[in-house]
Amino acid sequence: MVKQRAIWAFLVLMIVFFSVMSSNFLSVRNLLNVVKQVSIYGIASVGMTYVILLGGIDLATGSIISFINILAAYFMVNLGWHPAAAIVLSLVASTFIGFLNGIVIAQIKMPALIVTFASQTIFAGLAYIICNGTPISRFPESFLVLGQGYVGPVPVPVILMVVCFAVGAFILIKTYFGRYFYALGGNEEAAELSGIHVKKVKCLVYSLSGLFAGIAGLVMLARANTGQPNAGVGYEFDVITCVVLGGVSVNGGSGKISNVIAGVLIIGVLSNGMVLLNVSSYMQMVIKGIILLLAVGSDCIQQQNLLKAK
Amino acid sequence: MSQTDNILEFRHISKYYPGVTALNDVSLAVRRGEIHALVGENGAGKSTLIKTCSGAIAPSEGELIVNGRTFKKLTPSESEANGIGVIYQEFNLVGDLSVAENIFLGRAIRRGIVIDRKAMERESQKILESLRIQINPRTLVKNLSVGYQQMVEIAKAMSQDAQLLIMDEPSAPLTNAEVESMFAVVDLLKKKGVSIIYISHRLEEIFRLSDRVTVLRDGQYVTTMNTAETDKDELVRYMVGRKLTEIYPARKPGCIKDEVLFEAKDVCGNGDQNISLKIRRGEVLGLGGLVGAGRTEFSELMFGMEPKTSGKFYFKGKEINPQCPRDAIDIGIGLVPEDRKAKGALLGLSIRENINMPIYPRISRGGVIQEQKERQCAEKYKEEISIKAPHVEQIVKNLSGGNQQKVILAKWLAADSELLIFDEPTRGIDVGAKQEIYTLINGLVEQGKSVLMISSEMEELMGMSDRIMILAEGVVSGELQREEFDQETIMQYASKERKG
Repeated sequence: MVKQRAIWAFLVLMIVFFSVMSSNFLSVRNLLNVVKQVSIYGIASVGMTYVILLGGIDLATGSIISFINILAAYFMVNLGWHPAAAIVLSLVASTFIGFLNGIVIAQIKMPALIVTFASQTIFAGLAYIICNGTPISRFPESFLVLGQGYVGPVPVPVILMVVCFAVGAFILIKTYFGRYFYALGGNEEAAELSGIHVKKVKCLVYSLSGLFAGIAGLVMLARANTGQPNAGVGYEFDVITCVVLGGVSVNGGSGKISNVIAGVLIIGVLSNGMVLLNVSSYMQMVIKGIILLLAVGSDCIQQQNLLKAK
Repeated sequence: MSQTDNILEFRHISKYYPGVTALNDVSLAVRRGEIHALVGENGAGKSTLIKTCSGAIAPSEGELIVNGRTFKKLTPSESEANGIGVIYQEFNLVGDLSVAENIFLGRAIRRGIVIDRKAMERESQKILESLRIQINPRTLVKNLSVGYQQMVEIAKAMSQDAQLLIMDEPSAPLTNAEVESMFAVVDLLKKKGVSIIYISHRLEEIFRLSDRVTVLRDGQYVTTMNTAETDKDELVRYMVGRKLTEIYPARKPGCIKDEVLFEAKDVCGNGDQNISLKIRRGEVLGLGGLVGAGRTEFSELMFGMEPKTSGKFYFKGKEINPQCPRDAIDIGIGLVPEDRKAKGALLGLSIRENINMPIYPRISRGGVIQEQKERQCAEKYKEEISIKAPHVEQIVKNLSGGNQQKVILAKWLAADSELLIFDEPTRGIDVGAKQEIYTLINGLVEQGKSVLMISSEMEELMGMSDRIMILAEGVVSGELQREEFDQETIMQYASKERKG
């Protein structure tokens, strides 16, 4: 409980810090900008939350984002498809990639780290192959709304992120699949003996991770207006950081979407604030790495204390 | 070295866990050179007491006096340095290293930075010879039988100059022949002046080996006696603190119906061969045998955890073929597994979630859980089998062993299971809670459900079963009706070796 509040307190503290350090930080426009910037992480973090809740990891997220970027661009520009068709098919593809990860992990019992690491390389490569290494651009206006549109003052990507969080939380809290995720992450064997089809649930979770990564990929494409084969490189790192910072235990079995939102916002505020303070992008990498270590470290220390308390 | 008579003294040792008193003011002295047996039921506190002097846990209160030196608590290295060696039930050996390397694990003899393999092998040979154990120090440990692995453990302890050797259920994993060799080594150690604390469930061993015997019950010291001056009946009386009939509550007569609920015909697989058995509605069938006889393995076949290679299962007369636990659950079978913490309960989840876990699809609409039904179901069974917790939101990890067991049972009641498999239902549960579990089992069969109870506790097996089938090395070695129940006969069947 303490830790859960601590995440939000940390967010507030950071907002205060950057407000004091930079006069440009605390404005409605900049804050909306922050939220808009994190929307891609936020959307992908829903799927990653499930995966980590299960005690797994998905390193393919960034590559799925890149791959869907190129695939949807290819559908629309090279094949001239209607955006709706391109969107649906791209999401089917990204879900299927996730499903493939899941089925290998569940059936062959390979470590998720290796499976998703391999598929990271595979789909990064495929993205380059599809577009021959050159960016694809000139999409229909109707598609660009996804990344650049506004509803009133609110950017569409932010609305999409909120919807994804809402759906994500609903699945986790209100449906029995959510219960299964916690059960599996807590103890796979006991979950199986309670009648849960462990393999199916794993496939489902990695499929969902693929789906949310796909949505993130589409939003990114619409925002950048160019399909880049390297668009998503390294995104899994930020997404994992958001989720772990949001208190989802890397050992599986515990965590909440609401706190992951805080994790996402922290990363957003941090990135934005560091840019405003002219921190070099290399230094930003160092700082984010340290934050990931601290987040996982505090989780591990907490787990050990729990064990000792027994 | 100090010349006190006692090599080890426990003084007013208590150990508290949240909600549980594992040890309550236990005082006990082990004399130099004696074999001191420690007996008591599961959950009596034997292992906990041992762990205080091996350094695995720190006592909450009290002190330990080792060789005249007083300790509030010991660390594992202090314990070792003071001449205490422990042979646990689970060996601490590395299978891919040789016997010599294991004996000197972590203390390898070196020449500079290079391991002196020759010297280690020579030293190991000396120790093994002194114990009259014939093993080549170069053999890899994984190629040794369980009995010899245990010898390596003993040699390891002796190489560290252990003056007190603690043996926790040393005979449990051994075959009869291996037990004899182990006894020979123990006798030899005693002649060499080593003191031994010997923990065993098998009372015959206590009488065969020990000089004195201490009884623990429910975490409390009961008595210490000279072994020669007591007998089995007296020991059992001290251990259980009451007569057998009092522990096992009476069951309504006429529970057993003619209908055969479950039948196995010539089932093979998972190490078992040609197992045939019938369970009637309202019957408690006991499944006896030694550890490793294939009882748990058989339950895994029944519950769809492992595939059978041949033979047939029938449920209510229809052939069934469960491929996974879900299938078995849907058929009407529930499993209360032996390892409650690892397999039975979802420790991090609440009572409510645990109880509803198998039936979520049923109480959901379009995947969305009907929360009122969920809560009602949990409340109902919490009430019905009196799970002691303030509310159903309690996390199962924080419950006592007995209440965790009840949560697992409640799950199957919620799932309408008709056949309950209990694998060692009262292991690690204190005596009071045990009786509650027995009453619950009685309640199940009185309601027309059936129970298959796997148990290694002879009294429990005889006290609860309507009929006992005994397995040995994966085959049925005997079957006894209630009036034929007898400890000796069961042991004989259980230790039958497979022919050919």
